[in-house]
Amino acid sequence: MKDKLHVYIKQFGLPRIIIVTFLLSLCVLAVIYNLSIAGLLSDTLVRTGMHGVLVLAMVPGILCGIGLNFGLPLGILCGLIGGLVSIELDLVGFPAFTTAILVSIPIAIVVGWGYGVLLNRVKGSEMTIATYAGFSAVSLMSIGWMILPFKSDEIAWIIGGGLRTTITLTGRYDKILNDFAAISIGNLTIPTGLLLFLIAMNLIVWVILQSKAGIAMKAVGDNPRFATAAGLNVNKYRTFGSILSTVLGAIGIIVYSQSFGFIQLYQAPMFMGFSAVAAILIGGATVKKASISHVFIGTFLFQGLLVVALPVANKMLTAGSLAEITRIIVSNGIILYALTQVGGGE
Amino acid sequence: MKSQESVLKMSNISKEYYGTRVLNNINLEIRAGEIHALLGENGAGKSTLMNILFGMSVIHSTGGFDGEIELDGEKVDINSPLQAMDLGIGMVHQEFMLIPGYTITENIKLNRELIKKDFINNLMPTSLKQIDLDEMNKEARKALDTLDIGIEEWIKVAGLPVGYMQFIEIAREIDKQNIKVLVFDEPTAVLTESEADNLLKAMKKIARSGIAIIFITHRLDEVMEVADNITILRDGQFITRKSKDDTNVFEMAELMVGRQIESLAKHEAKDIENQPVAVSLRKFNVAMPGEEVRDLNLDIYKGEIFGIGGLAGQGKIGIANGIMGLYPSRGNVLIDGQPLALNNPKESIKRNLAFVSEDRRGVGLLLDTSIEMNIAITAMQNKNKFLRDYKLFSQKSHRQIRTHALDMIKQLDIRCTGPEQIVRRLSGGNQQKVCIARALTLDPMILLVSEPTRGIDIGAKKLVLDTLIKLNKELGITIIITSSELAELRSICHRIAIVSEGKIEGILMPDASDTDYGLMMSGEYNKLKSKEVI
Repeated sequence: MKDKLHVYIKQFGLPRIIIVTFLLSLCVLAVIYNLSIAGLLSDTLVRTGMHGVLVLAMVPGILCGIGLNFGLPLGILCGLIGGLVSIELDLVGFPAFTTAILVSIPIAIVVGWGYGVLLNRVKGSEMTIATYAGFSAVSLMSIGWMILPFKSDEIAWIIGGGLRTTITLTGRYDKILNDFAAISIGNLTIPTGLLLFLIAMNLIVWVILQSKAGIAMKAVGDNPRFATAAGLNVNKYRTFGSILSTVLGAIGIIVYSQSFGFIQLYQAPMFMGFSAVAAILIGGATVKKASISHVFIGTFLFQGLLVVALPVANKMLTAGSLAEITRIIVSNGIILYALTQVGGGE
Repeated sequence: MKSQESVLKMSNISKEYYGTRVLNNINLEIRAGEIHALLGENGAGKSTLMNILFGMSVIHSTGGFDGEIELDGEKVDINSPLQAMDLGIGMVHQEFMLIPGYTITENIKLNRELIKKDFINNLMPTSLKQIDLDEMNKEARKALDTLDIGIEEWIKVAGLPVGYMQFIEIAREIDKQNIKVLVFDEPTAVLTESEADNLLKAMKKIARSGIAIIFITHRLDEVMEVADNITILRDGQFITRKSKDDTNVFEMAELMVGRQIESLAKHEAKDIENQPVAVSLRKFNVAMPGEEVRDLNLDIYKGEIFGIGGLAGQGKIGIANGIMGLYPSRGNVLIDGQPLALNNPKESIKRNLAFVSEDRRGVGLLLDTSIEMNIAITAMQNKNKFLRDYKLFSQKSHRQIRTHALDMIKQLDIRCTGPEQIVRRLSGGNQQKVCIARALTLDPMILLVSEPTRGIDIGAKKLVLDTLIKLNKELGITIIITSSELAELRSICHRIAIVSEGKIEGILMPDASDTDYGLMMSGEYNKLKSKEVI
């Protein structure tokens, strides 16, 4: 009996058991404090859809062997450029959203390729390098936002140079996916479009992973020496994974922005990679293994935790930004835990 | 000078690893001042015996051993290398354990530093005491002088020639005051001839000072030069103990190899040499660390099972890895008369070569992937098999993979719970069969198999070897099999090449004499034969 329990815990993963327990106890507290469960659930669904694609961007990175893609801000920056271009072109609605994605993809491919080449030169310490590559790129683009020649009044400051820190999407493509075929049942709102988009993206990635290139990429990530002996070009498929991850990061931030209602520039993308990393790890992924199901489970648990923690914490302690602190503790704690498991043996 | 009292006596030593008996009632007895050679092929049990002597943790974590060790007539239990050192047993390692950034003195005196004896120093806690560098230099000098090494003791180890490093290792051991037994584990393997000569001289000198030496080597001429007595092991069995004066190189070679009775399927001799050449190597060099191939020339005929044997570290493993493009290589390789582009695994696979790696878990398998994917993946990536093509993109064909995997599982008798089981959970023999299944899925003309029976049990061994013979007979696949186990090569190959120092020492028929095999393995064959001719 004890052994069985042990095996079960091992299979499900200790961190996930802790998170689920924590989430459940928060839910109980929420009921006690008379909070609207339907409202909390709606929020959780929205945030799952909002962050899902960013979390999905972790999958190709992990599978191709570059590990957790802490360099996600690179992809995010590409997505932001796409988002700005579509506003600059004065597009509205779905065309604006689609254009943003279509513009950002080629940029992300080029950036992802360069990123892949960089990571191929630093095998063994990809995650550290990626973190700093992300930081540097965000800082560099902070200068970039000052000098890029966008003219639209919505994007650029009217007086002085440079772009605004926060650009509102109201009247452009604010909540365009969230509101698409949204279903309301009482207090519960299901953001159908958003969730469908997330599922579609997951499906595309799944199809890629079942293709010849996808299978090669997985082999390269799993065992580079095996892959070499099987006639595969290890660096090529690692680059392929980096590109895929960067492109997904770009699409992910556009989805995030439309749901959020704003595009945030300058320092905002700096730590966005971290919450995505935390989410996929909560979902049960490791530095070497990840699957589509980890994306769904992880994003839902992680975002659910944050959504429920905020009002509960506010009820318990009215002081300050406790929810934000919880988020930081949980996400960084999970990352720390996962990294200590790296190379923990078989 | 030589006392009749034995310093070290190991009696009835037996050891099992996971049910496999690797040592069986071994006896070893050494007197003070004696140089005792320990001979045997790879896997004969020499290393295990030495691990027992040093109380290595690998022995104790796998259930200990049977038998007794006596040092100076007293029974001792050695539970850790540290204890072995305290008892006066020293080891000169094959790979140097030196710190490059430290001076020679510091390396020799590491962890045995001498302490200054002034007043303040006496008050300090042990780890903060000042060390007496002058005194240390003097003692290091003394040890180096014993070995006739003229090098300055204050030089840093980094950048010194290999030969010197070996001597520093020895100096460190003889500097220990209580040293009684010193083990030399293939000390001449990395040395040039003149360095080796120096080393042998030094060994004699050390022995004269009353230290007993256990000398592990493959080079029979060195044994004849320095050893007093010789113990030969084979397959974990004690074969014989002889005095040097009662034996010669030929006899030792024969005893080392020995004829082993194997009930493996024997096949009729073929008229191989009239076949066209399938693989031709000219001036072939492979830079595989530890298994370098140097300017090797070799022809392998179509339809034969060709064996490549030799001792570990001589380069036999490098040949197949080089042909498959896994390690940097240069030279000319012709496959069926057409040149092969080197250093390109994809090209090698395209030319209908398939490889079963000696490093099964490292190179041979995706351990956490299913059996069916392991079998299918190489053919999928290189021959576009098992794919459904949708013009714009392709998807793996689940059904084709499954059908093929089930077929292979049946053909090769892979014992598993099903094609979806991950290969990590399979036994060594079944993992090997998965590797062979993958190679066969490529429909190869030439199959390179390295160490096919390493780490698998005897029943699986026979199955794997029978499979290879069957493939050769029924499909006409040319098989190049590299193995450390000579008996295995002799039981299935048409011809066997013995590799020594990165070159082919000679090619023998499976029924050639044990003496010839033994001499070739130790690289003495051509030297001795040319002498005979003269």
